[in-house]
Amino acid sequence: MTNAWLAGSLVAVVAGVVGFFVVLRGATFAAHGVPLASFAGAAGASVVGVPAVVGLAVFSPVAAVAIGLLGRRRRSDVVTALVVAAMLGLGALFLSWTVEYASEIYALLFGEVLGVTGTEVWLSAALTGAALLAVATLYRPLLLSSVAGEVAEARGVRTARLELLFLVLMAVVTTLAVPVVGTLLMFTLMVGPPAAARAFVRSPLAAMAASVGIALVTVWLAIALAYETTWPIGFFVGIAGAAWYVLARVVAARRR
Amino acid sequence: MPPVRVLTVEGATVTFGGRRVLDGVSFSVEAGEFVGLIGANGAGKTTLFRVVLGLLKPSAGTVRHLGRRVGYVPQKVAIEPDAPLRARDLVALGLDGERFGVRLPSRSRRERVDRMLEAVGAAAFADARVGTLSGGEQQRVLIAHALVGQPSLLVMDEPLANLDIKSGHEIVELVARLAVEQDLAVLLSAHEMNAILPHMDRVVYLAEGRAVSGTTGEVIRSDVLSELYRYPVKVLDVDGTVVVVGGHDVKVR
Repeated sequence: MTNAWLAGSLVAVVAGVVGFFVVLRGATFAAHGVPLASFAGAAGASVVGVPAVVGLAVFSPVAAVAIGLLGRRRRSDVVTALVVAAMLGLGALFLSWTVEYASEIYALLFGEVLGVTGTEVWLSAALTGAALLAVATLYRPLLLSSVAGEVAEARGVRTARLELLFLVLMAVVTTLAVPVVGTLLMFTLMVGPPAAARAFVRSPLAAMAASVGIALVTVWLAIALAYETTWPIGFFVGIAGAAWYVLARVVAARRR
Repeated sequence: MPPVRVLTVEGATVTFGGRRVLDGVSFSVEAGEFVGLIGANGAGKTTLFRVVLGLLKPSAGTVRHLGRRVGYVPQKVAIEPDAPLRARDLVALGLDGERFGVRLPSRSRRERVDRMLEAVGAAAFADARVGTLSGGEQQRVLIAHALVGQPSLLVMDEPLANLDIKSGHEIVELVARLAVEQDLAVLLSAHEMNAILPHMDRVVYLAEGRAVSGTTGEVIRSDVLSELYRYPVKVLDVDGTVVVVGGHDVKVR
Protein backbone atom coordinates (compact mmCIF):
# COMPACT_ATOMS: atom_id res chain seq x y z
CA MET A 1 0.00 0.00 0.00
CA THR A 2 2.89 2.38 0.80
CA ASN A 3 4.31 1.64 -2.62
CA ALA A 4 1.02 2.60 -4.24
CA TRP A 5 1.01 5.95 -2.45
CA LEU A 6 4.62 6.66 -3.38
CA ALA A 7 4.29 5.65 -7.02
CA GLY A 8 1.01 7.53 -7.36
CA SER A 9 2.50 10.67 -5.84
CA LEU A 10 5.54 10.60 -8.12
CA VAL A 11 3.29 10.22 -11.16
CA ALA A 12 1.14 13.13 -9.99
CA VAL A 13 4.13 15.43 -9.53
CA VAL A 14 5.66 14.74 -12.91
CA ALA A 15 2.32 14.72 -14.78
CA GLY A 16 1.38 18.02 -13.14
CA VAL A 17 4.65 19.68 -14.18
CA VAL A 18 4.90 18.29 -17.71
CA GLY A 19 1.13 18.67 -18.15
CA PHE A 20 1.48 22.42 -17.60
CA PHE A 21 3.42 22.58 -20.86
CA VAL A 22 1.18 20.03 -22.60
CA VAL A 23 -1.83 22.30 -22.10
CA LEU A 24 0.08 25.51 -22.80
CA ARG A 25 1.42 24.12 -26.09
CA GLY A 26 -1.91 22.63 -27.11
CA ALA A 27 -0.27 19.20 -27.24
CA THR A 28 -3.06 17.23 -25.57
CA PHE A 29 -3.53 14.98 -28.57
CA ALA A 30 0.13 13.97 -28.51
CA ALA A 31 -0.17 13.50 -24.72
CA HIS A 32 -2.94 11.01 -25.44
CA GLY A 33 -1.18 9.49 -28.43
CA VAL A 34 2.19 8.66 -26.89
CA PRO A 35 0.76 6.55 -24.02
CA LEU A 36 -1.69 4.83 -26.37
CA ALA A 37 1.08 3.98 -28.78
CA SER A 38 3.21 2.70 -25.91
CA PHE A 39 0.56 0.02 -25.33
CA ALA A 40 2.18 -1.91 -28.18
CA GLY A 41 5.42 -1.88 -26.18
CA ALA A 42 3.77 -3.26 -23.07
CA ALA A 43 2.03 -5.96 -25.08
CA GLY A 44 5.28 -6.77 -26.89
CA ALA A 45 7.09 -7.06 -23.57
CA SER A 46 4.68 -9.75 -22.43
CA VAL A 47 5.32 -11.69 -25.66
CA VAL A 48 9.06 -11.85 -25.04
CA GLY A 49 8.60 -12.24 -21.28
CA VAL A 50 10.16 -9.02 -19.94
CA PRO A 51 8.46 -6.54 -17.57
CA ALA A 52 5.92 -4.25 -19.22
CA VAL A 53 7.89 -1.18 -18.20
CA VAL A 54 10.76 -2.26 -20.48
CA GLY A 55 8.38 -2.33 -23.44
CA LEU A 56 7.04 1.06 -22.46
CA ALA A 57 10.52 2.51 -22.14
CA VAL A 58 11.33 1.37 -25.68
CA PHE A 59 8.08 2.08 -27.50
CA SER A 60 7.03 5.42 -26.02
CA PRO A 61 10.15 7.31 -27.13
CA VAL A 62 9.89 5.67 -30.56
CA ALA A 63 6.29 6.89 -30.85
CA ALA A 64 7.23 10.35 -29.56
CA VAL A 65 10.11 10.77 -32.00
CA ALA A 66 7.98 9.46 -34.88
CA ILE A 67 5.25 11.98 -34.07
CA GLY A 68 7.82 14.76 -33.73
CA LEU A 69 9.82 14.09 -36.88
CA LEU A 70 6.97 13.13 -39.21
CA GLY A 71 4.78 15.99 -37.98
CA ARG A 72 7.33 18.71 -38.68
CA ARG A 73 6.27 19.66 -42.17
CA ARG A 74 2.86 18.06 -42.25
CA ARG A 75 -0.35 18.22 -40.28
CA SER A 76 0.85 17.04 -36.89
CA ASP A 77 -2.61 15.89 -35.74
CA VAL A 78 -2.92 13.57 -38.74
CA VAL A 79 0.58 12.21 -38.18
CA THR A 80 -0.12 11.66 -34.48
CA ALA A 81 -3.33 9.78 -35.29
CA LEU A 82 -1.61 7.53 -37.83
CA VAL A 83 1.36 6.76 -35.57
CA VAL A 84 -1.09 5.81 -32.80
CA ALA A 85 -3.19 3.70 -35.18
CA ALA A 86 -0.14 1.81 -36.45
CA MET A 87 1.14 1.18 -32.93
CA LEU A 88 -2.26 0.03 -31.65
CA GLY A 89 -2.48 -2.36 -34.58
CA LEU A 90 0.90 -3.75 -33.61
CA GLY A 91 -0.32 -3.98 -30.01
CA ALA A 92 -3.33 -6.02 -31.12
CA LEU A 93 -1.05 -8.45 -32.93
CA PHE A 94 1.27 -8.81 -29.92
CA LEU A 95 -1.72 -9.42 -27.66
CA SER A 96 -2.93 -12.26 -29.87
CA TRP A 97 0.45 -13.96 -29.36
CA THR A 98 0.49 -13.74 -25.59
CA VAL A 99 -0.95 -16.04 -23.00
CA GLU A 100 -1.45 -13.22 -20.48
CA TYR A 101 -4.57 -13.19 -18.43
CA ALA A 102 -7.19 -10.65 -19.36
CA SER A 103 -6.76 -8.96 -15.99
CA GLU A 104 -3.19 -8.00 -16.80
CA ILE A 105 -4.21 -6.45 -20.09
CA TYR A 106 -6.93 -4.64 -18.23
CA ALA A 107 -4.33 -3.34 -15.77
CA LEU A 108 -2.26 -2.00 -18.67
CA LEU A 109 -5.21 -0.12 -20.07
CA PHE A 110 -6.65 1.19 -16.84
CA GLY A 111 -3.78 0.98 -14.37
CA GLU A 112 -3.05 -1.15 -11.35
CA VAL A 113 -1.57 1.09 -8.72
CA LEU A 114 -2.10 -1.36 -5.86
CA GLY A 115 0.27 -3.86 -7.47
CA VAL A 116 3.30 -1.56 -7.63
CA THR A 117 6.52 -3.14 -6.27
CA GLY A 118 9.36 -1.52 -4.34
CA THR A 119 11.72 -1.73 -7.33
CA GLU A 120 9.18 0.02 -9.48
CA VAL A 121 8.94 2.84 -6.97
CA TRP A 122 12.71 3.35 -7.11
CA LEU A 123 12.63 3.35 -10.88
CA SER A 124 9.77 5.86 -10.79
CA ALA A 125 11.71 8.10 -8.43
CA ALA A 126 14.74 8.09 -10.74
CA LEU A 127 12.63 8.89 -13.80
CA THR A 128 10.75 11.59 -11.92
CA GLY A 129 14.04 13.19 -10.93
CA ALA A 130 15.29 13.08 -14.52
CA ALA A 131 12.06 14.54 -15.88
CA LEU A 132 12.01 17.39 -13.34
CA LEU A 133 15.65 18.17 -14.05
CA ALA A 134 14.86 18.29 -17.77
CA VAL A 135 11.94 20.68 -17.22
CA ALA A 136 14.08 22.93 -15.02
CA THR A 137 16.77 23.03 -17.71
CA LEU A 138 14.39 23.71 -20.59
CA TYR A 139 12.00 25.94 -18.63
CA ARG A 140 12.58 29.37 -20.16
CA PRO A 141 13.01 28.47 -23.85
CA LEU A 142 10.15 25.97 -23.58
CA LEU A 143 7.86 28.57 -22.01
CA LEU A 144 8.74 31.20 -24.60
CA SER A 145 8.39 28.84 -27.56
CA SER A 146 5.05 27.60 -26.20
CA VAL A 147 3.47 31.06 -26.13
CA ALA A 148 5.34 32.90 -28.92
CA GLY A 149 7.17 30.51 -31.23
CA GLU A 150 8.22 33.16 -33.72
CA VAL A 151 9.72 35.36 -31.01
CA ALA A 152 11.56 32.39 -29.50
CA GLU A 153 13.01 31.53 -32.91
CA ALA A 154 14.13 35.13 -33.42
CA ARG A 155 15.99 34.89 -30.10
CA GLY A 156 17.85 31.85 -31.35
CA VAL A 157 15.79 29.12 -29.71
CA ARG A 158 15.81 25.97 -31.85
CA THR A 159 12.08 25.43 -31.62
CA ALA A 160 11.90 22.25 -33.72
CA ARG A 161 14.56 20.56 -31.60
CA LEU A 162 12.82 21.73 -28.44
CA GLU A 163 9.52 20.26 -29.64
CA LEU A 164 11.24 16.91 -30.14
CA LEU A 165 12.84 17.04 -26.69
CA PHE A 166 9.46 17.82 -25.19
CA LEU A 167 7.88 14.81 -26.90
CA VAL A 168 10.66 12.61 -25.51
CA LEU A 169 9.92 14.07 -22.10
CA MET A 170 6.30 13.03 -22.56
CA ALA A 171 7.56 9.53 -23.37
CA VAL A 172 9.47 9.46 -20.07
CA VAL A 173 6.35 10.48 -18.19
CA THR A 174 4.44 7.78 -20.07
CA THR A 175 6.88 5.08 -19.05
CA LEU A 176 6.57 6.26 -15.49
CA ALA A 177 2.84 6.62 -15.30
CA VAL A 178 1.34 3.90 -17.47
CA PRO A 179 1.95 1.06 -14.97
CA VAL A 180 0.14 3.13 -12.35
CA VAL A 181 -2.79 4.72 -14.15
CA GLY A 182 -2.82 2.80 -17.45
CA THR A 183 -2.49 3.87 -21.07
CA LEU A 184 -6.06 5.07 -21.50
CA LEU A 185 -6.09 7.30 -18.43
CA MET A 186 -2.56 8.57 -18.49
CA PHE A 187 -3.43 11.78 -20.29
CA THR A 188 -6.23 12.52 -17.84
CA LEU A 189 -3.52 13.41 -15.33
CA MET A 190 -1.47 15.34 -17.87
CA VAL A 191 -4.44 17.44 -19.00
CA GLY A 192 -7.07 17.68 -16.26
CA PRO A 193 -5.02 19.18 -13.38
CA PRO A 194 -3.00 21.69 -15.47
CA ALA A 195 -6.10 22.80 -17.38
CA ALA A 196 -7.96 23.33 -14.11
CA ALA A 197 -4.99 25.09 -12.47
CA ARG A 198 -5.15 27.87 -15.06
CA ALA A 199 -8.44 29.10 -13.66
CA PHE A 200 -7.02 29.64 -10.19
CA VAL A 201 -3.67 31.36 -10.76
CA ARG A 202 -2.10 33.70 -13.28
CA SER A 203 1.66 33.11 -13.36
CA PRO A 204 3.44 30.15 -14.96
CA LEU A 205 5.19 28.89 -11.83
CA ALA A 206 2.06 29.23 -9.70
CA ALA A 207 0.09 27.36 -12.37
CA MET A 208 2.66 24.58 -12.35
CA ALA A 209 2.51 24.32 -8.57
CA ALA A 210 -1.31 24.34 -8.58
CA SER A 211 -1.29 21.70 -11.29
CA VAL A 212 0.93 19.44 -9.17
CA GLY A 213 -1.28 20.05 -6.13
CA ILE A 214 -4.46 19.14 -8.00
CA ALA A 215 -2.82 16.05 -9.53
CA LEU A 216 -1.66 14.89 -6.09
CA VAL A 217 -5.10 15.29 -4.54
CA THR A 218 -6.61 13.47 -7.51
CA VAL A 219 -4.26 10.53 -7.23
CA TRP A 220 -4.51 10.29 -3.43
CA LEU A 221 -8.30 10.40 -3.56
CA ALA A 222 -8.40 7.86 -6.36
CA ILE A 223 -6.10 5.43 -4.51
CA ALA A 224 -8.07 5.75 -1.28
CA LEU A 225 -11.42 5.32 -3.01
CA ALA A 226 -10.20 2.43 -5.17
CA TYR A 227 -8.96 0.70 -2.00
CA GLU A 228 -12.23 1.26 -0.16
CA THR A 229 -14.62 0.39 -2.95
CA THR A 230 -12.56 -2.08 -5.06
CA TRP A 231 -13.72 -0.10 -8.08
CA PRO A 232 -10.95 0.50 -10.64
CA ILE A 233 -8.62 3.41 -9.86
CA GLY A 234 -8.99 4.54 -13.46
CA PHE A 235 -12.63 5.31 -12.85
CA PHE A 236 -11.78 7.74 -10.07
CA VAL A 237 -8.83 9.35 -11.88
CA GLY A 238 -10.85 9.85 -15.06
CA ILE A 239 -13.90 11.28 -13.34
CA ALA A 240 -11.80 13.51 -11.08
CA GLY A 241 -9.83 14.89 -14.04
CA ALA A 242 -13.01 16.04 -15.73
CA ALA A 243 -14.59 17.21 -12.46
CA TRP A 244 -11.63 19.49 -11.66
CA TYR A 245 -11.97 21.09 -15.03
CA VAL A 246 -15.71 21.72 -14.59
CA LEU A 247 -15.01 23.24 -11.17
CA ALA A 248 -12.32 25.46 -12.71
CA ARG A 249 -14.69 26.68 -15.42
CA VAL A 250 -17.28 27.55 -12.81
CA VAL A 251 -14.66 29.48 -10.82
CA ALA A 252 -13.48 31.30 -13.95
CA ALA A 253 -17.05 32.15 -14.99
CA ARG A 254 -17.90 33.57 -11.55
CA ARG A 255 -14.80 35.76 -11.59
CA ARG A 256 -15.76 37.46 -14.85
CA MET B 1 32.31 60.64 -37.69
CA PRO B 2 30.10 58.64 -40.05
CA PRO B 3 26.95 57.17 -38.49
CA VAL B 4 27.11 53.54 -37.34
CA ARG B 5 25.31 51.11 -39.58
CA VAL B 6 23.55 48.67 -37.22
CA LEU B 7 22.32 46.58 -40.13
CA THR B 8 23.77 46.16 -43.58
CA VAL B 9 22.12 43.86 -46.12
CA GLU B 10 23.99 43.43 -49.37
CA GLY B 11 22.70 41.59 -52.41
CA ALA B 12 20.51 39.23 -50.38
CA THR B 13 18.98 36.61 -52.65
CA VAL B 14 16.55 33.91 -51.56
CA THR B 15 15.12 31.26 -53.87
CA PHE B 16 12.19 29.01 -52.98
CA GLY B 17 11.50 26.18 -55.40
CA GLY B 18 13.01 28.01 -58.37
CA ARG B 19 11.20 31.27 -57.56
CA ARG B 20 13.32 34.24 -56.51
CA VAL B 21 11.58 35.64 -53.46
CA LEU B 22 14.39 38.10 -52.83
CA ASP B 23 16.58 39.21 -55.70
CA GLY B 24 19.72 41.06 -54.71
CA VAL B 25 18.21 43.16 -51.93
CA SER B 26 20.53 45.80 -50.49
CA PHE B 27 19.85 48.40 -47.82
CA SER B 28 21.20 49.54 -44.51
CA VAL B 29 19.87 50.89 -41.24
CA GLU B 30 21.87 53.46 -39.31
CA ALA B 31 21.91 53.85 -35.54
CA GLY B 32 18.82 55.67 -34.30
CA GLU B 33 17.13 55.59 -37.71
CA PHE B 34 13.43 54.80 -38.22
CA VAL B 35 13.14 52.78 -41.42
CA GLY B 36 9.86 51.66 -42.97
CA LEU B 37 9.79 48.48 -45.03
CA ILE B 38 6.95 48.96 -47.48
CA GLY B 39 5.61 46.49 -50.00
CA ALA B 40 2.47 44.76 -51.21
CA ASN B 41 1.42 41.39 -49.77
CA GLY B 42 3.72 38.68 -51.07
CA ALA B 43 6.50 41.12 -51.96
CA GLY B 44 8.92 39.26 -49.68
CA LYS B 45 8.75 41.36 -46.48
CA THR B 46 8.46 38.35 -44.20
CA THR B 47 11.26 36.53 -46.02
CA LEU B 48 13.49 39.59 -45.73
CA PHE B 49 12.79 39.71 -41.98
CA ARG B 50 13.71 36.06 -41.62
CA VAL B 51 16.99 36.85 -43.36
CA VAL B 52 17.62 39.90 -41.15
CA LEU B 53 16.87 37.86 -38.01
CA GLY B 54 19.27 35.13 -39.12
CA LEU B 55 16.55 32.47 -39.41
CA LEU B 56 17.06 32.04 -43.13
CA LYS B 57 20.42 31.93 -44.84
CA PRO B 58 20.33 33.76 -48.17
CA SER B 59 21.63 31.78 -51.15
CA ALA B 60 23.69 34.85 -52.07
CA GLY B 61 24.56 38.09 -50.37
CA THR B 62 25.44 39.06 -46.83
CA VAL B 63 23.75 40.37 -43.69
CA ARG B 64 25.87 42.22 -41.14
CA HIS B 65 24.83 43.35 -37.69
CA LEU B 66 26.73 45.84 -35.62
CA GLY B 67 26.08 46.74 -32.05
CA ARG B 68 23.94 45.04 -29.47
CA ARG B 69 21.32 42.42 -30.15
CA VAL B 70 18.19 42.60 -32.30
CA GLY B 71 14.73 42.82 -30.72
CA TYR B 72 11.83 41.33 -32.64
CA VAL B 73 8.11 42.06 -32.39
CA PRO B 74 5.84 39.68 -34.34
CA GLN B 75 2.62 40.79 -35.97
CA LYS B 76 0.63 39.10 -33.24
CA VAL B 77 0.80 36.23 -30.80
CA ALA B 78 -1.89 33.62 -30.33
CA ILE B 79 -2.18 33.29 -26.55
CA GLU B 80 -5.45 31.99 -25.12
CA PRO B 81 -7.24 34.18 -22.57
CA ASP B 82 -6.76 31.69 -19.73
CA ALA B 83 -3.09 30.88 -20.38
CA PRO B 84 -1.25 31.47 -17.09
CA LEU B 85 1.17 34.08 -18.39
CA ARG B 86 1.10 37.66 -17.12
CA ALA B 87 2.39 40.61 -19.11
CA ARG B 88 5.34 40.81 -16.72
CA ASP B 89 6.19 37.13 -17.31
CA LEU B 90 6.46 37.71 -21.05
CA VAL B 91 8.62 40.81 -20.53
CA ALA B 92 10.89 38.91 -18.11
CA LEU B 93 11.42 36.30 -20.85
CA GLY B 94 12.80 39.20 -22.89
CA LEU B 95 15.79 39.36 -20.54
CA ASP B 96 17.06 35.84 -21.19
CA GLY B 97 14.19 33.66 -22.40
CA GLU B 98 16.45 31.72 -24.75
CA ARG B 99 18.76 30.47 -21.98
CA PHE B 100 18.67 27.04 -20.42
CA GLY B 101 18.69 26.43 -16.70
CA VAL B 102 17.04 27.90 -13.65
CA ARG B 103 17.13 31.61 -12.96
CA LEU B 104 16.01 32.74 -9.54
CA PRO B 105 13.98 35.94 -9.40
CA SER B 106 15.97 38.93 -8.25
CA ARG B 107 15.18 42.48 -7.33
CA SER B 108 17.20 43.99 -10.16
CA ARG B 109 15.43 41.81 -12.74
CA ARG B 110 12.07 42.78 -11.34
CA GLU B 111 13.01 46.45 -11.45
CA ARG B 112 14.17 46.24 -15.06
CA VAL B 113 10.89 44.58 -16.03
CA ASP B 114 8.87 47.17 -14.10
CA ARG B 115 10.76 50.04 -15.71
CA MET B 116 10.20 48.59 -19.17
CA LEU B 117 6.49 48.03 -18.54
CA GLU B 118 6.29 51.63 -17.37
CA ALA B 119 8.13 52.88 -20.47
CA VAL B 120 5.67 51.25 -22.88
CA GLY B 121 2.63 52.29 -20.86
CA ALA B 122 1.82 48.76 -19.77
CA ALA B 123 2.22 49.17 -16.01
CA ALA B 124 -1.54 49.19 -15.50
CA PHE B 125 -1.95 45.70 -16.90
CA ALA B 126 1.41 44.23 -15.85
CA ASP B 127 -0.28 41.53 -13.78
CA ALA B 128 -3.07 40.70 -16.23
CA ARG B 129 -2.98 37.56 -18.35
CA VAL B 130 -1.48 38.42 -21.77
CA GLY B 131 -4.28 36.53 -23.53
CA THR B 132 -6.96 38.78 -22.06
CA LEU B 133 -5.35 42.01 -23.32
CA SER B 134 -6.47 43.93 -26.40
CA GLY B 135 -4.38 43.92 -29.59
CA GLY B 136 -2.83 47.29 -28.79
CA GLU B 137 -2.03 46.28 -25.21
CA GLN B 138 -0.44 43.01 -26.37
CA GLN B 139 1.63 44.99 -28.87
CA ARG B 140 2.96 47.15 -26.02
CA VAL B 141 3.88 44.07 -24.00
CA LEU B 142 5.64 42.53 -27.01
CA ILE B 143 7.58 45.76 -27.54
CA ALA B 144 8.61 45.69 -23.87
CA HIS B 145 9.70 42.04 -24.31
CA ALA B 146 11.82 43.00 -27.32
CA LEU B 147 13.36 46.11 -25.73
CA VAL B 148 14.07 44.97 -22.18
CA GLY B 149 17.32 43.35 -23.36
CA GLN B 150 18.41 46.74 -24.78
CA PRO B 151 18.84 45.88 -28.44
CA SER B 152 20.32 48.34 -30.91
CA LEU B 153 17.81 47.37 -33.61
CA LEU B 154 14.08 46.74 -33.23
CA VAL B 155 12.45 44.74 -36.00
CA MET B 156 8.65 44.91 -36.17
CA ASP B 157 6.57 42.80 -38.54
CA GLU B 158 3.38 44.64 -39.57
CA PRO B 159 2.73 46.02 -36.08
CA LEU B 160 -0.30 47.96 -37.30
CA ALA B 161 -2.04 45.16 -39.20
CA ASN B 162 -4.35 44.20 -36.35
CA LEU B 163 -4.85 47.59 -34.73
CA ASP B 164 -7.45 50.30 -35.12
CA ILE B 165 -6.32 53.77 -36.24
CA LYS B 166 -5.95 55.19 -32.73
CA SER B 167 -4.01 52.23 -31.30
CA GLY B 168 -1.87 52.15 -34.43
CA HIS B 169 -0.86 55.78 -34.11
CA GLU B 170 -0.18 55.34 -30.41
CA ILE B 171 2.09 52.37 -31.05
CA VAL B 172 4.06 54.22 -33.75
CA GLU B 173 4.47 57.27 -31.52
CA LEU B 174 5.58 55.04 -28.65
CA VAL B 175 8.19 53.32 -30.80
CA ALA B 176 9.44 56.62 -32.22
CA ARG B 177 9.81 58.02 -28.69
CA LEU B 178 11.57 54.89 -27.37
CA ALA B 179 13.89 54.95 -30.37
CA VAL B 180 15.13 58.37 -29.33
CA GLU B 181 15.25 57.53 -25.61
CA GLN B 182 17.04 54.20 -26.02
CA ASP B 183 19.28 55.06 -28.99
CA LEU B 184 17.46 52.46 -31.02
CA ALA B 185 17.15 51.88 -34.75
CA VAL B 186 13.75 50.66 -35.96
CA LEU B 187 12.95 48.55 -39.00
CA LEU B 188 9.20 48.30 -39.30
CA SER B 189 7.16 46.72 -42.07
CA ALA B 190 3.76 48.01 -43.11
CA HIS B 191 1.50 48.04 -46.11
CA GLU B 192 -0.51 50.93 -44.69
CA MET B 193 2.07 53.67 -44.36
CA ASN B 194 0.14 56.76 -43.23
CA ALA B 195 0.65 56.16 -39.52
CA ILE B 196 4.43 55.82 -39.86
CA LEU B 197 5.03 58.67 -42.34
CA PRO B 198 5.62 61.41 -39.73
CA HIS B 199 8.37 59.39 -38.01
CA MET B 200 9.98 57.57 -40.90
CA ASP B 201 13.52 58.67 -41.84
CA ARG B 202 13.94 56.27 -44.67
CA VAL B 203 11.92 53.86 -46.78
CA VAL B 204 12.87 50.48 -48.14
CA TYR B 205 10.35 49.60 -50.80
CA LEU B 206 10.10 45.96 -51.77
CA ALA B 207 8.40 44.80 -54.96
CA GLU B 208 8.73 41.44 -56.71
CA GLY B 209 11.79 40.61 -54.64
CA ARG B 210 13.69 43.80 -55.45
CA ALA B 211 14.27 46.69 -53.08
CA VAL B 212 14.44 50.42 -53.62
CA SER B 213 15.77 52.44 -50.72
CA GLY B 214 15.67 56.19 -50.20
CA THR B 215 14.82 58.96 -47.83
CA THR B 216 11.14 59.49 -47.13
CA GLY B 217 11.18 62.65 -49.26
CA GLU B 218 12.63 60.77 -52.24
CA VAL B 219 10.25 57.81 -52.21
CA ILE B 220 6.97 59.12 -50.80
CA ARG B 221 5.95 61.00 -53.95
CA SER B 222 3.00 60.39 -56.22
CA ASP B 223 5.13 59.61 -59.29
CA VAL B 224 7.60 57.32 -57.49
CA LEU B 225 4.95 55.34 -55.59
CA SER B 226 2.67 54.98 -58.63
CA GLU B 227 5.62 53.61 -60.57
CA LEU B 228 6.58 51.21 -57.75
CA TYR B 229 3.03 49.92 -57.14
CA ARG B 230 2.17 50.01 -60.87
CA TYR B 231 -1.09 51.52 -59.74
CA PRO B 232 -2.22 55.14 -59.31
CA VAL B 233 -1.08 56.35 -55.90
CA LYS B 234 -1.30 59.94 -54.70
CA VAL B 235 0.65 61.63 -51.94
CA LEU B 236 -1.49 64.40 -50.49
CA ASP B 237 -1.03 67.11 -47.94
CA VAL B 238 -4.08 67.22 -45.70
CA ASP B 239 -3.92 70.08 -43.21
CA GLY B 240 -0.15 69.67 -42.93
CA THR B 241 -0.23 65.86 -42.65
CA VAL B 242 1.10 63.83 -45.55
CA VAL B 243 -1.19 60.96 -46.52
CA VAL B 244 -0.91 58.30 -49.19
CA VAL B 245 -4.01 57.11 -50.99
CA GLY B 246 -4.46 54.77 -53.90
CA GLY B 247 -7.04 54.30 -56.64
CA HIS B 248 -8.14 55.63 -60.02
CA ASP B 249 -10.88 57.79 -58.58
CA VAL B 250 -8.74 59.82 -56.19
CA LYS B 251 -9.45 63.48 -56.83
CA VAL B 252 -7.83 66.35 -55.01
CA ARG B 253 -10.41 68.96 -54.14
